[in-house]
Amino acid sequence: MARIRLENISKSFGSHVAVDKLDLDVADGEFFVLLGPTGAGKTTTLRMIAGLEKPTEGAIHINQVNVNDWGPAERDVALVLQQYSLYPRLTVRDNLAFPLRSRIRKMSEADIGKRIDYASKTLRITHLLDRKTDRLSGGEMQRVSIGRAIVREPQVFLMDEPLSALDAKLRESLRSELKDLQMRLGATFIFVTHDQVEAMTMGDRIAVLNKGRIVQVGTPRDVYSNPRDTFVASFVGSPAINLLPGSLAGDLASVAQAFQMPITRSAAVEGPVTFGIRPEDVEVAAGAPNEARIHDVENHGIEKIVTLRVGDNLMRAAVPARVEVKVEEAVRFNWNPDKVMLFDARTGLNLRHQAA
Amino acid sequence: MAEIELRHIDKHFGLVHVIKDVNLTVKDKEFVVFLGPSGCGKTTTLRAIAGLEEIDSGDILLDGKPIQGLRAADRDIAFVFQNYALYPHFTVYENLAFPLRAVGTAKDVVDKTVRSVGKSLGILHLLNARPSALSGGDMQRVAIGRALVRRPKALLLDEPIGSLDAKLRETMRIELKRLHYENGSTSIYVTHDQVEAMSLADRIVVMNDGVLQQVGTPTEVYLYPANLFVAQFIGSPVMNIAATRISEADGSARIALDDASFDLPRELLGMLQQKQAAADLSLGVRPEGVIVSRDDKPGYRPAEAHIIQPFGGFDIVDLKFGEKTLRARTTSGFVDKPGATVFARIDPAQAHFFDTSSGASLGIRLGN
Repeated sequence: MARIRLENISKSFGSHVAVDKLDLDVADGEFFVLLGPTGAGKTTTLRMIAGLEKPTEGAIHINQVNVNDWGPAERDVALVLQQYSLYPRLTVRDNLAFPLRSRIRKMSEADIGKRIDYASKTLRITHLLDRKTDRLSGGEMQRVSIGRAIVREPQVFLMDEPLSALDAKLRESLRSELKDLQMRLGATFIFVTHDQVEAMTMGDRIAVLNKGRIVQVGTPRDVYSNPRDTFVASFVGSPAINLLPGSLAGDLASVAQAFQMPITRSAAVEGPVTFGIRPEDVEVAAGAPNEARIHDVENHGIEKIVTLRVGDNLMRAAVPARVEVKVEEAVRFNWNPDKVMLFDARTGLNLRHQAA
Repeated sequence: MAEIELRHIDKHFGLVHVIKDVNLTVKDKEFVVFLGPSGCGKTTTLRAIAGLEEIDSGDILLDGKPIQGLRAADRDIAFVFQNYALYPHFTVYENLAFPLRAVGTAKDVVDKTVRSVGKSLGILHLLNARPSALSGGDMQRVAIGRALVRRPKALLLDEPIGSLDAKLRETMRIELKRLHYENGSTSIYVTHDQVEAMSLADRIVVMNDGVLQQVGTPTEVYLYPANLFVAQFIGSPVMNIAATRISEADGSARIALDDASFDLPRELLGMLQQKQAAADLSLGVRPEGVIVSRDDKPGYRPAEAHIIQPFGGFDIVDLKFGEKTLRARTTSGFVDKPGATVFARIDPAQAHFFDTSSGASLGIRLGN
C-alpha cells in the first residue's frame, strides 16, 4: 500500500532541464497516468520514483517517508518496461521465480511456488509456465513481465509504455486486463504513456506533461471536457478538437471571417480568442444556420467523421453512420453553444478553466 | 485509365504459401485498401503488382494487359514506402525532380511539375530543405510527391503513415484522401490499421493467411462482416463474440450465452432453419448493439457494470451477466461507476450469427 508524493522535483541532464519543479500526489490504490509527448519528462519522472535517477532538486516521499537516498531495491517498487527484458533461456516459471530467489529475500521454494501460482492465475498464463520465453507471443511476454512484478508484491507498480510495442487489438485487450488487474490488486499504479486512449481508458487520474512541466492533473472526464489549455485540449481526444481563431463580442462568436454563431456565455470575455469545439458537438443538419463544403468524409463504422470547409477553416464533425454526404457537397452546420471552449488567443489558456 | 486486375495469383516463400489464389479487380480511380495482420500477404501482393516481387502463377493485368513480364520501372506504377527512401544529400526540390530528370524531361516541365505537386502537398516552403531537416510527416509528403510527379497510372502505398504519431496520422489521412479526390489516380494502400482502412477506402480488401476474407465498402465490412475474422478485425473496441444456444421460449427466440440469455424476434428461428444452421453458433454484437438502460424494462436483463473506459465522447462499459461479460457503448458518464446495476438488451438489427467451426457468417439480418 503506498501513497507517492513528489515535492518540487527537478531533474537536469547537463544544461537540459528534463523535469521542472514538479508536484504530484498519488493516492494509495490509485491508477495514475503520466501522459505527454516524447520529451515531456514522464519517463524521467517515473525513473526518479523507481530510484534509477536522482532528482537534482526536490523530495520524493513514499508513505510520508523521504526516499531520496534510498536505492531502487529499498523502495519496494516494481518497474515494467516496453521491452520485456525476460531471460530467454529460462522458462516462464523460472523468470517469475527469479526476482524471489535473490539472497536478500531468503524465500522458501514453497512460498515462491505460491506466489507464482497466484500471479500466473491472475494473468491467465498458467498454461505457459513451463515454456521458454522465446516461444511466446508479444502479448504473452508482456504478461510474464507484469507477472514478474506481481510476484514481488511491491508497494507500487511503475509502468513505462508497457503496451506500446503491441498491435492494436492486443493493446485494446491488455488495456482492460491491466485495469482489471489493478482493481483486483488494489495496488498503486503509475503508468507512463504517450497514447491518450490508454490514459483516458485506464487512469483514475491523468497528469498531462509537456516540456518537463505538469500542465493539468484531473480525471479523464475533467481533462477532456475542461482542459486547462489548447495543448491539453488537442492532445486528449480523437478525432482532435477543432481549434478555430476568431473573436467574441457579447455572446456572438465570429470565426476568422468565416461564420458567426452564438455561444453560451459564462465569463466576461471580449476580443480575440481561440474557440475550441469537439467533433461530437458540431452538428450537420438541414436548416442549420451556417453553410460549409464537405472537405473529406471518413467512415468509422459507428459514425462518420466529416471535415467541413468554411472559408479557409477546416472543422471536423461526428455524424451518424447513416448520414450520406459527398465530398464538395454543400451542407449546413451548427455547434452546441454550451460546449464551445474559449482559449486566450496568445497564451492558449482556457479562459473558463475551473481548477479541479 | 488504370484498372488493375489480379487473376489467380499464387506465391510461395519456400514452403510458406503467402498468397493463395487471389482474384480482384481494382477499378479506375478507385482507392482500395488491403487490410490484415502482419504476415497476411498484403504487402507481398502489393509488391507483386509493383513488380518488386515475382509471382508463382496467375496474371496481373493493367488496363487488360498482363504486366507480370515487365520490369518494375516499365509498369508505370509508383510505389510509396513506409521508410520514405528519400535521397539525403538532395534537397526536397531535387528529390521531387529526380524521377523526371532520370527520363530526360525538359527543365521547364520539371520545374512546373515539381511546383504543382509541391503545392498540392503543401510543401512549397520546404523545396530548398534537405530531408534531414524535415519532420516525419513532411518527409512522407515528399515521398508521396516523388511518386506523383511522373503522373503514374497507379499509386501503391505500403503503410505510408504507419510510423507517424497518432495526431499526425489523423491529419495525413485527410490529406491523402483529398489528394486522391483531386488527382484521382487508382490507388492501392496497405495497412494493418482498421481505422485507416475504414477512413480511406472506397473498398477494403480484408486478408488473412494469404486469402481474401472479404471485399467491400467500409459500410459493408463493418455492418455485414463475412466471417468471424473480419468481424473481429474491423471495429474498435472489438465485437463481442459468444458461443450461443438458441431455443424457442415465450414466443421469442431465446439466445443463451453462459449465464445470460436474451430474447430476439421469433423470426430468427425460421431463418436459422432455412439456413440449415449448424448446432455450434456464435453470436456477434458490437458494443453499440448492446443497449443499456438504468431502469428495468421488458426484455432487458440485469447486469453489473465492471470496467468503465471513458473515451471522452462516449464510454465503453464492461457488463457482467454472471460470468459472461459483454461490452457496451454508452453516452459519456451514463453508467456511474463500477459495481452499479444496470439493464441491457441486444439490438436485433445489430446481431450477427456465425457458424462457430467454419467462422462463416450465416448472413442473418433481423429487423428492429
